[in-house]
Amino acid sequence: MTTSPPAPKLPVSLAANPKLSSWVNFIGEGGVAISPGKVEIGQGIVTALAQIAADELDVQISRIEMIRASTAMSPNEGVTSGSLSIQQSGRALRHACAEVRQRFLTAASERLGVEVSLLDVDDGTISGPGNVRTSYWELAGEVSLDHDATAGAAARSIAKRSVAGHSVHRVDIPDKVFARPRFIHDCPLPDLLHGRVLRPDISGAELIALDETAASAVPGLVAIVRDGGFSGVVADSEAAAEAALKALRKGATWSTGESLPDEDDLAGFLKSQPVETTVVETRTAAMTRKHAQTLRRQYTRPYIAHASIAPSCAMARWDGDGVHVWTHSQGVYLLRADLAIVLKMPADNIVGEHMEGAGCYGHNAADDVALDAVLLAKAAGGRPVRVQWSRHDEMSHAPFGAAMAIEIEADLDADNEIVGWRHAIWSNGHAARPGRAAQPALLAATEIANPYPRMISTNPPAANGGGGDRNSVPLYDLPAWTITSHRLLTMPVRTSALRTLGAQGNVFAIESLLDEIAVLRGEEPIAFRLRHLGDERAKDVIRAAARRAAWKPKKQAGVGHGVGFARYKNTGAYCAAIAEIEGTDDIRVKRLTLAVDVGEAINPDGVINQIEGGAIQATSWVLKERVRFDRTRITSTSWTDYPILTFSEVPAVDVEIIQRPEIEPVGAGEAAHGPVTAAIANAVYDCLGVRMRDLPITRDRIIAAAELAS
Amino acid sequence: MPTIQFQLNGTATAVETDPDQPLLDVLRGRLVVTGPHFGCGAGECGACHVMVGDRAITSCDMPMWSVADKDVVTVEGLGTAERPHPLQRAFISEQAMQCGYCVPGILISAAALLKRNPFPTEAEVRAALDRNLCRCGSHNRMVRAVLRAAAEMAAS
Ligand code: FES
Ligand code: FES
Repeated sequence: MTTSPPAPKLPVSLAANPKLSSWVNFIGEGGVAISPGKVEIGQGIVTALAQIAADELDVQISRIEMIRASTAMSPNEGVTSGSLSIQQSGRALRHACAEVRQRFLTAASERLGVEVSLLDVDDGTISGPGNVRTSYWELAGEVSLDHDATAGAAARSIAKRSVAGHSVHRVDIPDKVFARPRFIHDCPLPDLLHGRVLRPDISGAELIALDETAASAVPGLVAIVRDGGFSGVVADSEAAAEAALKALRKGATWSTGESLPDEDDLAGFLKSQPVETTVVETRTAAMTRKHAQTLRRQYTRPYIAHASIAPSCAMARWDGDGVHVWTHSQGVYLLRADLAIVLKMPADNIVGEHMEGAGCYGHNAADDVALDAVLLAKAAGGRPVRVQWSRHDEMSHAPFGAAMAIEIEADLDADNEIVGWRHAIWSNGHAARPGRAAQPALLAATEIANPYPRMISTNPPAANGGGGDRNSVPLYDLPAWTITSHRLLTMPVRTSALRTLGAQGNVFAIESLLDEIAVLRGEEPIAFRLRHLGDERAKDVIRAAARRAAWKPKKQAGVGHGVGFARYKNTGAYCAAIAEIEGTDDIRVKRLTLAVDVGEAINPDGVINQIEGGAIQATSWVLKERVRFDRTRITSTSWTDYPILTFSEVPAVDVEIIQRPEIEPVGAGEAAHGPVTAAIANAVYDCLGVRMRDLPITRDRIIAAAELAS
Repeated sequence: MPTIQFQLNGTATAVETDPDQPLLDVLRGRLVVTGPHFGCGAGECGACHVMVGDRAITSCDMPMWSVADKDVVTVEGLGTAERPHPLQRAFISEQAMQCGYCVPGILISAAALLKRNPFPTEAEVRAALDRNLCRCGSHNRMVRAVLRAAAEMAAS
C-alpha cells in the first residue's frame, strides 16, 4: 500500500492565526504593512522580519511599515522570548508573504492575460512579456487577503533572496539616534496624568494601615487609590506624583514580612526546601569500562536582576467599561489574559498595545507596571495614567533570574574517561509569566483586596527547552547519564524568566567539569570535547572559534585561556566561546572569541550584534552580578549596590558566523551566555590554577579559593 | 516661583520653576524634550546626560538653579536626520546599539569628549563613557562609532 506524503504543515504561528490579512496588507500608493505578533525588545527582530517579507514579496525594504503588536488586530504569537521569534514569526511571515505573492500573481495573470509562470515581480510591480504590467497596489482592490493561509504556498528559493542573508541597517536605529520618540517612556498621551505605587521595602510585608492626610495635601494630587494592600497616587505631573508618594509612604504601616534566605549560603537554602523532582533524562549503557573514581562537584549561580536601563513603564486609559493599555510587555495577549482575570472582565474589553521599552532580557516588571497603571487609571476619570517604576522598584520588586545549585557526579575509569554522569539541579522555577494559568502572575494581583497568591515559578516543558533543566542534558556523547531537576515549591525571592533560564548555570557546570576532567587526563580541552561530539555543526563552531583565537596561545604568566560550548536548548544556535583573561586575583576579561551557527542568518550583522551583546552581558553576570539581600529585604536596589560591567571593563569581542542558508534560522540572543560563562571560569583556572564553581567570580572568592587550594 | 533662563539647544528658554527641581524633570515634563532619558534618578547611569559647555552632566540630579544662564545641549541639539552630527551618522553606520535606551546619554558623553579631546584614543573613549551604563552589551560598537566620528571630524 502506498501512502501519499503528509500535506506540508503551516508554520505554528500561521496555523494559529491563519488569516493572511492579519499579517500582510498593501497600503496607499506603494506601501506594505507587515503585522507580526512578536515585538521589538532591542534584538532587531522587526528588521529581520521586514527583510523576510521584502524578499518573499519582492519589494524594497523601505516600502515596508512594521506595525506594532496590539490585541486589537495583530496575530497572537504568545510571547517574544526563548530566541524563537525568527523561528515562529519569521516562518509564518515567509509563508504568508509567499502565498500573498501567489494570489497576486494569479490575479495579475487574469488581468494581463499572461500565464503566471511568465510573470515576474520587481519591487511590487508585476510584469510579463510584451511589456504588460500591473502592481500589488493596482490589484489590491480585487485581491482579498481575508483568506486563511493554505499549506501549499512555496517560499522562494534561497538564490532568489536578496535581502535576507544580508546585513541591512536596522529600521529602528535612526529614530533612536535622532531622539524621535519611540520608547513608551517618551510618548506622553494627551491629557496625561502620572501615577506611582506604594510598595514595601520589607519583603512580603503587607499594608496594614494608611494615613493619607499628608499625601492629600500635596499640590497637583488627583487621587489616592487604595484597594486592599495595593495603594498609589495619581497626580498631574511626575514631580507631584513623587511628592505624594513620599508623603503616603510616611503614613504607611506595614506588617512584618517573610524572611529571606541567607545570601551567603544559597546552595544550603536551595537544597533544604520542599521540591518537585523530575528525572529529565536517563541513559544507560552496557558498562564496558570499569568505574575507578567519582568526581563530585557543586556549582552555584546567584539570583540575577534583569536590570534594564529603563525602569518599567505603562500607560492606561479607561473608557466606560473598557480599558486600553500601552505596554512594553513581551506578550500583549498574555498580559491581557491576566488583566482580564484580575479585573474580572472579558478580555475583549481590554486592548493591549505594544510600545518599545529598553532591552528587557526576559520577564521583568513590564507586565506588573501595566496592571499598576490600569488600577490607578480607574481613579482618573477617563484620563490616561502613566506609571513609571523607580530604579529601586525595578531592582527589588521585579522578578529575578533564579538562583541555582547544580551538582554533578562524574564516574571515571582508570584512564579518567567518563563512564557515568549524574547532574542534579536545585532551583526555583524559571518562569512565572502572565497569561498561562488560571491565576495571574502580576505583582499588584497579590496586593489588592481578595488577593491572589504569589505565583510559584514553574519550568517550561522539555519540548520548549525546559527551564531549570535547560541545557542540562549534555550534547556530548557520554555513555550513561541521569539528569534530575528539583524545582522549589517555596519562593521567598520572586523569580521568573531571565535570558537563557537555567542554561547559563547548566552549561557553566558541564563545561567546567569537562575541562577539569580533560586536565586530569592531560588531554587538550578542545580535542577532548571534539572527541566526545558527533554533531558536525557543533564541532565546526568549536574549531572555528579555536582557529580564530589561534588556540592555544603560548602560556604566559598572568594570562589564561578557556573554552566553553553549547547548543542553546540543544535545538537552537550552536556557539563556542574562547576567553582570554589576565590578572592575579582581580581578573579582567580581555578578549572573547566566538563562533556561532544559527542556520540561515537573516541579518548577519544583527546576529553578530546579539552575540556580542550576549557575550558582554554574560561577562557582567560572571564577574559582578548578584542580587543582594539580608534576611528581610533586597538590598541591591541601586547601580552602586548592583554594579554591572562598564565601558572600561568590557572585553574585546570577536564573532564569526557560520552561515548556513539552507537551514531554518534560529535566534541568537541567548546562545552566548552559557559558553562565555564557562570559558571565563576555565580561563581563570588556566591563569590561576583555581576552579571557581560559584558565580560571580569575584576577587574575594578567588582569594578564598586560592587559600583553600594552598 | 522664580523664572530660570537658559539656552536649550541654542534657543533662549525661560521656565517658571522650583529652583531645586531637577533639570531632567523640566526637560521631559514641561518642555517635552524626551531625548534625555530617566534611568535611575541618582546620577548613576548616564541615561539623562546633557551637555553643559564641554561637559556631560547628569540632568536627573542637576537642580534648575544650577543651569541658570548656561548653555544646555540635549541629543536633540546635536543634529537631525537632515543635518546629523558625525556621531549620529557613525552610530548608524556601526549599528551601535541594541535597544538604544542608553544611546542619547552616550551620544552626549561622546560629543562632550570630542569637544575636549578631538583625537581620543580608544582607552580615552572608554574612560569618557564609563559613567554611562549599557545593559545590552553594545559597548564595543559604540566605542568604534565614537572613534569613527572623531576620524571623520578630524578629516573635515
Ligand atoms: S537617570 Fe540620571 S544618571 Fe541615571
Ligand atoms: S543599547 Fe540597550 S541599554 Fe544600551
